[in-house]
Amino acid sequence: MLQLDAEALYAELLGGVRGLLKPDSVLVGIWSGGAWLAERLHADLGRSGTAGVISSTLHRDDFGSRGMAAGTDATKLPFAIAGSHILLIDDVLYTGRTIRAVINELYDFGRPASVQLAVLVDRGGRELPIQAAFAAARVVLPASQKLTLARDAAGRFSFTVREQA
Amino acid sequence: MLSRRNPQLNAHGELIHLLSIEGLPKAVLTQILDTAGTFLSVNDREVKKVPLLRGKSVFNLFFENSTRTRTTFEIAAKRLSADVINLDIARSSAAKGESLLDTIANLSAMHADMFVVRHGESGAPYLIAQHCAPHVHVVNAGDGRHAHPTQGLLDMYTIRHYKQDFSSLVVAIVGDIVHSRVARSDIHALSTLGAAEIRAVGPKTLVPGDLRDMGVRVCHDMAEGLRDADVVIMLRLQNERMSGAMLPSAAEFAKSYGLTPEKLALAKSDAIVMHPGPINRGVEIDSAVADGAHSVILPQVTFGIAVRMAVMSIIAGNEA
Repeated sequence: MLQLDAEALYAELLGGVRGLLKPDSVLVGIWSGGAWLAERLHADLGRSGTAGVISSTLHRDDFGSRGMAAGTDATKLPFAIAGSHILLIDDVLYTGRTIRAVINELYDFGRPASVQLAVLVDRGGRELPIQAAFAAARVVLPASQKLTLARDAAGRFSFTVREQA
Repeated sequence: MLSRRNPQLNAHGELIHLLSIEGLPKAVLTQILDTAGTFLSVNDREVKKVPLLRGKSVFNLFFENSTRTRTTFEIAAKRLSADVINLDIARSSAAKGESLLDTIANLSAMHADMFVVRHGESGAPYLIAQHCAPHVHVVNAGDGRHAHPTQGLLDMYTIRHYKQDFSSLVVAIVGDIVHSRVARSDIHALSTLGAAEIRAVGPKTLVPGDLRDMGVRVCHDMAEGLRDADVVIMLRLQNERMSGAMLPSAAEFAKSYGLTPEKLALAKSDAIVMHPGPINRGVEIDSAVADGAHSVILPQVTFGIAVRMAVMSIIAGNEA
């Protein structure tokens, strides 16, 4: 099975995000993996304040079949959205449905000046016209496999690839 | 053969109707409270609406009067983007002799997706849940003396908000407990969530001794009931449900069991005072307490919207 070195990819992402950021851009991580990445990027880039966290829960398009997701993944945006340049961060970009939901969520707080997306891994398989401005890696995975980011107690990242039941 | 499964849960143990807190596992209660926390923050957004119930129709069926509960259910459903239809049942078909199930059948033919039901008869929401189509969900908004589960849940949300952990809490429920569906829902929720001590406080006519079977400490003395309490839940004196001489008079009741600043001083110094409303100032609660620093009566109302959004969104997302 595919092996991905999440720490090496993180170093790539850090460089990519540095290139995308405008002086007044804000980082917003998509819960949960993207939020971990945004938190670390925010510290490594020495930016002031805190990174935002955004959840797709309230705008998911599979609510009818999956119901309310368990867990407390509330959106926390400790800055104004109206007029801001937003850089969304996520671990894995796949169908694009999470990104669609998150953009809707973002608009509930105001009208941003621009929204871009940077991800650790783009695994293809898009079902919506959405693309990342930066991806540290682009891979092709069969739909049967699930790619999951984990963070250990020391804050180090790792990827696991699993066959889905 | 009768099914032994809780009619509120599907085969996967997920909530499909909310009829009573009794018999619901702790995990379901915790899921509702956690989800309510997410919805509370929707109030801070520029757009105070989320699309989870877009295209769904919620029918408010209030066979009994209510302002606060009906309004907060309506706001909750609208914040979830549902279409809300309020039926003034007391003055419509039921008054013309239509049976409850005929009313439900007719409303189902209008493509209802959810019924929010308040009824004077205990068990009416169960009857509706048993007879409605599989895709329809039912929320009990108060049935007779039986249950008022969303009030119980919003009370638990309020307690958790101010006190975090239930395991060390002494909770005193004071007043007209025999007529109170709120008290019953609170007692079930508090036991499931593991409150250290639940007290029922009031005169013998209004606080039945068999509450002890529910693990409740019964106190007919107000001072004993309030001493070192962390949470004091005052109940409204339900004159409309009383028959015969259960009380000498409201003034007599106020003297012994009305919550004054002096009596409240017996509770812990950081105790919170709750009331499901509407309050009778000067009867069960003094204005100085209702408007005082310990009172969380108005936050309860705000939390009630988030809790009702949580309940409606959770049941709407689960299939029978």
